Amino acid sequence: MKSRWVLFVPLAIMGLLFGAFIYRLTVPGETLIQSQWINKPMPLFDLPPATAGVAGLKSSQLADGKPRLVNVFASWCIPCRAEAPQLEALKAAGVPIDGIAIRDRPEDVAQFLNEVGNPFDRIGSDMQSSVQIALGSSGVPETFLIDGKGIIREQIQGVILQEQVPEIIAKLEAMK
Amino acid sequence: MIAELGLALLWIAAALACLSLVAGIIFLRGGPKDLASLVRPASVAQGVLTTAAFGLLIALFVRSDMSVELVARNSNSLKPMIFKVAGTWGNHEGSMLLWLMILSLSGALIAIFERRLREDTLVATLAAQAALSLGFFAFLIFSSNPFNRLPVAPPDGQGLNPLLQDIGLAFHPPTLYVGYVGLSVAFSFAVGALITREIGPAFARAMRPWVLGSWIFLTLGITAGSYWAYYELGWGGWWFWDPVENVSLIPWLAGAALLHSVAVTATRNALRAWTVMLAVIGFSMSMVGTFIVRSGLLTSVHSFAVDPERGTFLLALMAIYIGGALTLFALRAGTVAEGKKFALLSREGSLVINNLLLTTILALVLLGTLYPIVAEAMGEKISVGPPYYNKVAGPLALILCLVMVAGPLLAWRKDDGRKLRSRLPIAALAGAIVLVLLVIFGGHVGILPLLGMAVAGVVAVASLAPLWGRNLRRTPLPTWGMVIAHFGVAVCLAGMGAESAFIKEKLVAAAPGETVRVGDFDVLFKGVKPIAGPNYTAIEGTLVAMSGGKSHVMKPESRMFPGLMGTAPTETNEAALLTRPGGQLYVVLGQPVQGADGRADRYQLRLWWKPLVWWIWLGGGLIAFGAALSMLGRAQLLALWRARRARKEEGRWK
Amino acid sequence: MKAKHQRLILALLALGGVAGAGVLGASALRDEAAYFRTPEEIEAGKAVVGEPMRLGGMVAANSIKRQSDGITIVFVATDGKASIPVQFTGIVPDLFAENSGMVADGRMRADGTFVADKILAKHDEKYMPPQMEGMDKAVAKAAAKT
Repeated sequence: MKSRWVLFVPLAIMGLLFGAFIYRLTVPGETLIQSQWINKPMPLFDLPPATAGVAGLKSSQLADGKPRLVNVFASWCIPCRAEAPQLEALKAAGVPIDGIAIRDRPEDVAQFLNEVGNPFDRIGSDMQSSVQIALGSSGVPETFLIDGKGIIREQIQGVILQEQVPEIIAKLEAMK
Repeated sequence: MIAELGLALLWIAAALACLSLVAGIIFLRGGPKDLASLVRPASVAQGVLTTAAFGLLIALFVRSDMSVELVARNSNSLKPMIFKVAGTWGNHEGSMLLWLMILSLSGALIAIFERRLREDTLVATLAAQAALSLGFFAFLIFSSNPFNRLPVAPPDGQGLNPLLQDIGLAFHPPTLYVGYVGLSVAFSFAVGALITREIGPAFARAMRPWVLGSWIFLTLGITAGSYWAYYELGWGGWWFWDPVENVSLIPWLAGAALLHSVAVTATRNALRAWTVMLAVIGFSMSMVGTFIVRSGLLTSVHSFAVDPERGTFLLALMAIYIGGALTLFALRAGTVAEGKKFALLSREGSLVINNLLLTTILALVLLGTLYPIVAEAMGEKISVGPPYYNKVAGPLALILCLVMVAGPLLAWRKDDGRKLRSRLPIAALAGAIVLVLLVIFGGHVGILPLLGMAVAGVVAVASLAPLWGRNLRRTPLPTWGMVIAHFGVAVCLAGMGAESAFIKEKLVAAAPGETVRVGDFDVLFKGVKPIAGPNYTAIEGTLVAMSGGKSHVMKPESRMFPGLMGTAPTETNEAALLTRPGGQLYVVLGQPVQGADGRADRYQLRLWWKPLVWWIWLGGGLIAFGAALSMLGRAQLLALWRARRARKEEGRWK
Repeated sequence: MKAKHQRLILALLALGGVAGAGVLGASALRDEAAYFRTPEEIEAGKAVVGEPMRLGGMVAANSIKRQSDGITIVFVATDGKASIPVQFTGIVPDLFAENSGMVADGRMRADGTFVADKILAKHDEKYMPPQMEGMDKAVAKAAAKT
């Protein structure tokens, strides 16, 4: 009376379940949030260099009197490549830029800088996304406008667009 | 040094697991017999080493060694000692190490104590347990190393979520984990028995105390978790059908079904394939639950941070284990001979219905928990809340309770229904009296709480029925255990019913000196004052609850934890509870309310009178206690110990 | 009755039970599952008055008004595209504030006000229901434009 195929039912149900899980993992429910750090000082951190030849990043270094950008990026992030020319343009306009590399390997960072150029004065390596989380940053790339006292004034989520470049330069000028 | 030693111990333990697995496989494929004698000591050593590694991690937290990443991220030197210790498992890596420790210890305990199984089945079981732990060793070492050092030690750590800084929560997850992982033993037994085709009473008897043991911890864990949510979240509820709660309930339901079906297999050698499948499902559900919580697949108040990489790793592990076990089941279960026959009206028959109902509830809870994921895949954003669960689980649970009443009064194999006819009417009468009284005096009561309380009346009387006319001293321990556990269900049900039906709630903005009436209490709000705790500041309210000439001071708090090292400040509400025989008074202090002049002259107060609410947790405790008595009766640990001693003595004289 | 019949009855019972449970579960899901709606969707007429639902959005700036009873608040939930007034009686979570995210369980009233039974604020930086993906950005963009 009992046929063998009934015994495969649990396996089939499990297959369906796992299908749903895999779907959910590939389309993760991102935890996007607006930074609660606007108009607050940068959280304290001390990140090691992300790659050889470029210094690491300490939060205390951000309060040296000069307004600057902190760019959260990663070599594995394709939009970050698209953003590189804008960062170069900002750099050329004299804007100091520091970077935080998220979950990145030193050799990949080096390769990335090789390919798209290096607009960064310092790059901290945030292997566990801890600084990223503390900043309320939800993805890469993201850019923070920091005033001379190390206080976060603005957060730009996503790629900096060409037309935003003069705007950012003006805003940083205004903070001086 | 401690961190490096801990990591080294993990590697050695992993190597031992590897050894058990390989030796077990070679032996089972007809290799040299000596290999089998390797597996036991290797399993014991693996258990000891993993426990030592966990001990070292605790030591790191106690010493606040901030050069270790895990400590720096999750602890703080200002934290009270007890929370430093609890912080060890209050995070992803530490909790995975705890999980692994319990897994390895379970293997060690089987290796030490299990003497009833055939040797090849035991070796297969230990090899399966080793295979399970091997995967989690890999996960821990490669993807979640708890002993990772920071290149630069920060001056102090990042603290712990203040919501997690609570004594109840500190010991709640480990209890649940023991339960979750304890089910791994049933899983391994099932896999072992499928491999050697030894599926029968011996296998069921060996598995039974393990199922009971882990189910006790699950029951305690869920009960404690419910109480934690009740007083810590300040929402006044005791069950929210939150995904995290559901994933602990699902293995509990599987365990409940399993411990009843394993009884049938052990006593009557029936339901064999079903028991094996449940044993596989039980631990599978534990893993799925842990995965859901750990991967952030479902967001909830309790969940940890999302990490897709770890999620993928865990998913792959689970696919191997669950898929492997279910494939083995599908291939082998067909060859299991049919079990002993039984009549529909018999103990077996009632237990089959019990199992069907339990698995149905399990399936419906699982459906509700995962449905939002499926719906999102189809483009709809949906949340499934308490109305769904109450609607599906409520009626089924009540039917289940009625079956539970009948089962113990039926004989194995075949029953003429005499005991049912003679004993059930009294219980039914008790239920009817409760129902009538509630309808007359209860006022407006919802249908589910009403039926719940009536069924509780039936169960309370009928659960004691198996003891009638018996010599109580000669009644075996497992019978006592069953009676107490079933009675606990009645207590729990009565608490749930009474709380939902007769709860009184008051929500006011009160000025100091005002009196609020809730239930039989006059509560005088005296005022607030600021206080400082070890790592937080708080506003403490003072209230005096007066009833029947007696007064009690209650002090709810609204706490503020400052943000440290880049964590945002967090606030929590500490409810004040006053427990009376008839229920609990529950007070939460809310926000200040500004008057016309802009000064805070009133405070929001939320007061509940919750009749019989503590019966819910008392019932949970009774269920666990009953199961514990049952386990003591079944495991015969003492007898086993003596037999072991005797064998050793014998060996000495030879 | 023969044992074989017994088995058949058990099997049928199981089948009936599973089918019944399936129907029960499906109908309960249809009736009770609360759709997650954004203010924009509600404005587009997607919400049925009186049906349980979950509203997610940001609390608009300067919109929280406390009624004189001290426990009822009215505020505006927005997703940058549309705004819905929300009324709630109770103690709001500590992290509930203007310009931050919130999720409310409740129902729409015929007058277009959302009456919330329960409000969840973002519990910490890490807590955000998956349904609210992208909403902050939309709000930030809308705010930047004005």
